[in-house]
Amino acid sequence: MIPAISIRQVTKRYGDLQALAGVDLEINQGEFFGLLGPNGAGKTTLISALAGLVRPDGGSLEVMGHDVHKDYRAARRLLGVVPQELVFDPFFTVREVLRFQAGYFGIRRCDDWIDEILANLDLTAKADSGMRSLSGGMKRRVLVAQALVHRPPVIVLDEPTAGVDVELRQTLWQFIRRLNEEGNTIVLTTHYLEEAEALCGRIAMLKGGRVVSLDSTENLLRKFSAQALRLRLGEGPGLPEALAQVSVQKDKYWSIPFQTYGQIESLLAQVRMAGCVIEDMAVNQPDLEEVFVRVMQQAREGGAS
Amino acid sequence: MTSFLTLLRKEILRFWKVGFQTVAAPVLTAMLYLLIFSHVLEDHVRVYDTLPYASFLVPGLVMMSVLQNAFANSSSSLIQAKVMGSIVFILLPPISPFSLFSAYILSSTVRGFAVGVGVLAVTMFFTPLGFTHPAWILVFILLGGAMMGALGILAGLWADKFDQLAAFQNFIIMPLTFLSGVFYSIHSLPAFWQGVSHYNPVFYMIDGFRYGFFGVSDVSPWQSLAVVSVCFLFVAAFALSLLKRGYKLRA
Repeated sequence: MIPAISIRQVTKRYGDLQALAGVDLEINQGEFFGLLGPNGAGKTTLISALAGLVRPDGGSLEVMGHDVHKDYRAARRLLGVVPQELVFDPFFTVREVLRFQAGYFGIRRCDDWIDEILANLDLTAKADSGMRSLSGGMKRRVLVAQALVHRPPVIVLDEPTAGVDVELRQTLWQFIRRLNEEGNTIVLTTHYLEEAEALCGRIAMLKGGRVVSLDSTENLLRKFSAQALRLRLGEGPGLPEALAQVSVQKDKYWSIPFQTYGQIESLLAQVRMAGCVIEDMAVNQPDLEEVFVRVMQQAREGGAS
Repeated sequence: MTSFLTLLRKEILRFWKVGFQTVAAPVLTAMLYLLIFSHVLEDHVRVYDTLPYASFLVPGLVMMSVLQNAFANSSSSLIQAKVMGSIVFILLPPISPFSLFSAYILSSTVRGFAVGVGVLAVTMFFTPLGFTHPAWILVFILLGGAMMGALGILAGLWADKFDQLAAFQNFIIMPLTFLSGVFYSIHSLPAFWQGVSHYNPVFYMIDGFRYGFFGVSDVSPWQSLAVVSVCFLFVAAFALSLLKRGYKLRA
């Protein structure tokens, strides 16, 4: 099967800044793919290159097998991009904006689909409101709608939930999940790691214009993050030496890693034997934030600038 | 084709929705020019012997309004979209550079035409006009609008900020239109300035346009047509090549 997105050795330099330093990435059809990285890692540049908004210095990008430069008509028709910036055309109503956007892709009379998108994004009541009068969250929904109006099989969302209320996030993800289940490929960049963790099957992490990690979400969590017992100790003896060596202390909490729940009892027994007073206790689930921090640390130590 | 027609429709609606500002306002401005200049200069300026000054002035004012508004249309649409970021909506879809180009030129021509017709309709109440050669009137109103639409694309692409566009408008477009014989026949100028005026393409637009009304002009309308056409083709080719390169649109 042709990959939904195929990126080979893509480089892009802005003056002194190497925004993309040779990115290779292949995303399969039907994937829900996460693109993570700190600010300035090159996520948006990569997406812009894919959308034809930025011309890379080297390498090639394809959408469903169509080169985004040589075969731009096909490539752009197959791609829907939700830009990160909250941009809008102030002169028109929501419905007008969506009709125009469909028209730009050569599609006429698609009001049924527009109505469906509006309903799914909770925008129906705003269909005839001017763009200028919408709140930030509403404008964001329209941006999503604009990206979907030509029914692209590959959908890229660049931080779609930045500064957006909980309600929209729920509605949005419900809709995007449905589109994914119907066979569309979704690529997502986000700062909310719990979102990526909940939604994405595979995750690439970018730093300094390079892919520093690429794996299934499950593997990433297993590799880099373990379950841990979090303890806050009161007055009295400290954590026994044997435990302290394998644990991490942060703020007032000790984080003691374990593999299976069966181990918890023996860990607690050691703590009790040492005479420690437990003030607070919790069990930590593996989480992507920890993975993210570790991968970024490794990338720094590995010399990737 | 659908993408071109959609963009054209959107660009026309864009100015039509704020028609009070984009069509009615320039009509009012032109009317004020007519009232004041014809009042002040009626007895002082004689052109083409038999023609009342107000009648002479009207075609110039119409053409000036056409040109300024055609320029304003494409240039302000582009700069607004660039500054607001909404330009991505036309960069993401597969719209060919030629479709972009044609849609911007045509919508500018339409706006110029609408303003021109508006000015003409209003000024006809004040002064008699002949329509000796309507075909020339139409040719120059359309070609002039298209030429300025193309120039507006250049300016809109080049400018990064509104004040750069304003500079383009104030230092290039305004002098070109004011020093082109809107308010006077260049025959009344000293020889040197007459010579200079012959290098101003706007002079030919206005002169040819005026010929359509009165059947008299400073140069032959065919010569004006040739000059304006060549200028249009030159500016249009330049604008199209910038669009093809994605100049200041695709980083």
